[in-house]
Amino acid sequence: MEGYVDHLVQVILQDGRIIVGKLKGYDIRTNLILADCVEREYSMEQGVEMVPLGLYMIKGDNVAIVAEVDEAKDATINYSEIRAEPLAEIHH
Amino acid sequence: MLIFSFFKTLTDQVITVELKNDLSITGTLKSVDQFLNIRLDGISVEDPERHPHMMAVRNCFIRGSVVRYVRMAAKNVDTTLLEDATRREIKDAKK
Repeated sequence: MEGYVDHLVQVILQDGRIIVGKLKGYDIRTNLILADCVEREYSMEQGVEMVPLGLYMIKGDNVAIVAEVDEAKDATINYSEIRAEPLAEIHH
Repeated sequence: MLIFSFFKTLTDQVITVELKNDLSITGTLKSVDQFLNIRLDGISVEDPERHPHMMAVRNCFIRGSVVRYVRMAAKNVDTTLLEDATRREIKDAKK
């Protein structure tokens, strides 16, 4: 994951929530430090809602996926028009 | 340890990872670690209509603990060799 440091990443949590922020640090347990986080709330009723959260430390147990955001591609997407069910939570 | 080594032999192959939230992601395996965390490149999701959440990402890190299945092409796996190796590992563990 070292290639992701100081890049914009999209983190998908165990409960299906999606948080986008700049990866500042991580460790072997996937604990993460994310700066300038924004939660992206998907729903069928309205477009994606962007909820600013600030600086977050996410405990590794809650992390499912860490993905590098292609910022150029991200900028071309009109999130206010995207409707989708929120992601399901992880069932062990 | 054996399964970790097995996954390492699949590096640079295209695999599909099914997560425990029913999301399936296909991509090229770039790396795997001791926890079976998986790095995938050039990813696509199985049902992009239902899951547009991964539209703006090309590569990702999947935590080993959320993986349900890993699907791979049969030609990339030497089943006989794997069978022998797993049996040997069990035998060695009993000693």
